[in-house]
Amino acid sequence: MASGAGALTLATPTPPGARRLPTPLWGGAGGGGALAACLAVILLALVLAPLAAVALRGTGLSLGPADWAAVRFTVTQAALSSLIATVLAIPVARALARRRFFGRGVLVTLMGAPFLLPAVVAVLGLLAVFGRSGLLNRVLEALGLPTISIFGLGGVLVAHVFLNLPLAVRMILQGWLSIPAERVRLAQSLGFGPAETLRHLEWPMLREVLPGVALVILVICLTSFAVVLTLGGGPAATTIELAIYQAVRFDFDLARAAGLAGVQVVICALAALAAWKVVRPAGFGAGLDRQVAFTAPGGWRKLVDGAAITAATLFLILPLLAVALRGVPGLADLPPSVLPAALRSMVVALTSAAVTTVAALLLALAVARRPSALIEGAATLPLATSGLVLGTGLFLIVQPYTPPMTVALPVTILVNTALTLPFLYRILLPQARALQADYGRLSDSLGLQGWARARWLVLPRLAQPLGFGAGIAAALSMGDLGAIALFAGDQQATLPLVIQQLTGAYRLEAAASASLILVTLSFALFWACDAGGRRAAA
Amino acid sequence: MLQLDHLALRQDDFTLTADWSVDAGQRVAVIGPSGAGKSTLLAAIAGFLAPANGKILWLGQDLAGVPPGERPVTILFQDQNLFPHLTVAQNLGLGLRPDLRLSPADQARIDAAVQRTGLAGLGPRRPAQLSGGQASRAALARALLRARPILLLDEPFAALGPALRAEMLALVREVADETGALVLMVTHDPADALALGGQTVFVADAVAHPPVETLALFDAPPPALRAYLGPK
Repeated sequence: MASGAGALTLATPTPPGARRLPTPLWGGAGGGGALAACLAVILLALVLAPLAAVALRGTGLSLGPADWAAVRFTVTQAALSSLIATVLAIPVARALARRRFFGRGVLVTLMGAPFLLPAVVAVLGLLAVFGRSGLLNRVLEALGLPTISIFGLGGVLVAHVFLNLPLAVRMILQGWLSIPAERVRLAQSLGFGPAETLRHLEWPMLREVLPGVALVILVICLTSFAVVLTLGGGPAATTIELAIYQAVRFDFDLARAAGLAGVQVVICALAALAAWKVVRPAGFGAGLDRQVAFTAPGGWRKLVDGAAITAATLFLILPLLAVALRGVPGLADLPPSVLPAALRSMVVALTSAAVTTVAALLLALAVARRPSALIEGAATLPLATSGLVLGTGLFLIVQPYTPPMTVALPVTILVNTALTLPFLYRILLPQARALQADYGRLSDSLGLQGWARARWLVLPRLAQPLGFGAGIAAALSMGDLGAIALFAGDQQATLPLVIQQLTGAYRLEAAASASLILVTLSFALFWACDAGGRRAAA
Repeated sequence: MLQLDHLALRQDDFTLTADWSVDAGQRVAVIGPSGAGKSTLLAAIAGFLAPANGKILWLGQDLAGVPPGERPVTILFQDQNLFPHLTVAQNLGLGLRPDLRLSPADQARIDAAVQRTGLAGLGPRRPAQLSGGQASRAALARALLRARPILLLDEPFAALGPALRAEMLALVREVADETGALVLMVTHDPADALALGGQTVFVADAVAHPPVETLALFDAPPPALRAYLGPK
């Protein structure tokens, strides 16, 4: 999973109608409140039980030098990925903020897509461009220059920048668009040039926005697994997630896996906590079409802006184009493992999306009605974990009773539900609050409760964010490669796992064809849910 | 009879006390400066705010713990009285059955209420397609259907012009006559209180004073009310 920190960036700003109302005095939540509290307890158990299993098994264990190398590499690569993606995003966001050109709107929309792009597909695309016999190396060879290798730290960084640059661009662009038009006009009336604009308008904004952007990407990269599984490895480039995977799958050293998982939880919790404190909610969609009232400077600055946009676009599009070109011919001749795996992935995605959406809605409605530390905590705690951490814990729990393989899919559904819930909760909470502020008293005074309230108030008013959230959950779950890698045998593999295996075996054409199917299904699920929500919206 | 028995309401550091009763079917204007606690008083009667002290009783029964929807109360808010995603007819239907499983008899009653309030033909419309006056009529039509013995009006007509406000007050009187409801109407305007007829509760300085005949009150206003009304 792209990890919980992204949830922070998904939150939509509180709609203007959301006034603060005093807590309702009567237990009006009635069944709803009790149900939400039960759900919160189940969710807490779902996260805490694996953590407890990890703690019981991993305490008193001394991690070896290789493990500490993994810890160091995890932090180093995440910090570098975050730094590079954030720095590179600044000129791109700036160019998008102050230039108008054909296709700008499409480009901004496309910048939202990599968030839903399965990491295994991104890796495959990057191999096609930066790999041993990829586009870049062929050009370098033709020029008589030494070739580069995408494996190791460099490759991990390229992949993480590829996956997170668009997110960073969108968050920073939001910052640019949030500079009040009045201040821009004041600057113009004072005759500010580009240097003064930077110093008095843009730099203060960046200083406020950039720490949050960097932290969000840091948290995402700390728990990245699929990228490191293919491009990393070996003593020099193993992350904690990968080390956990190897400890379980190859060494069957569950105590070590548990110890590593414990370290991972501590690191993630600290980073997520920092991100939670620093990050301002940035919009995921609305308002990015607006253009800042800046006068776009001409001259060499125009060239720099053009270069930034072109370079970013090529960097983001070429790998995907390469996957598409490589994958299309093989569509007619897919490996037999692909279609059953696609079916399994669909089942996993739809089930976990349905469960997550209903659960997140009930939790958000309950909190909108009366604040609850229990529910807030339950909906936030998964941010401190990762797919491999929860997977290891669940592995430890089920392993004495049944071969873990037999419960691979249910476990994947559970883990995906836990990890996507914070996203959906953060999407739905502002909407639920606005609903409560606008129509809570009216509904209460009319005795609109229970199913009637859901049917006549909640579903019609929240159809759009519900559809959007369900789409996000389905697409993320569809493309996730995490816990499933610990559990699955050939008969339980999901599509991302099959793609990873094909990539690992250098069957790149077949992997590309399977990737096309995965990407198509992921975006189709997102689109179907989102469009369904829009249509149902009153 | 609605009885406020040593009632004290608290919101943050604001307190309002009231200790009086008013007969069923009475019409009472609630007047006073903004921020004095007029809306707070109505919110407590409607069940949105628990008394910090004392009781609210209807026909001798303590309303504490009775959820808003089950109180003998219909309340009209300043705004948001209709659900924008439902039709006018559906909004009215909620007054009969919150699950909107409406029988043909219910439908007939809704049609009658639509006619009665001058909204003929507007049943299938959404609230966004109504004028402000029509929206107020629809909210009153639902109050007519609910026919609860207490009708609370929290300045629902504040955004309307004087002529429309007078029309709405006339309709309120008709609805109250038909349902026999006790009306408590918050207003800023002494003219509204006079037009409603009946009694007036003056709210100021953290106290909701006992209801007094409106005409008598305005003939000889106490100093606080005189200060509120300003020089004639």
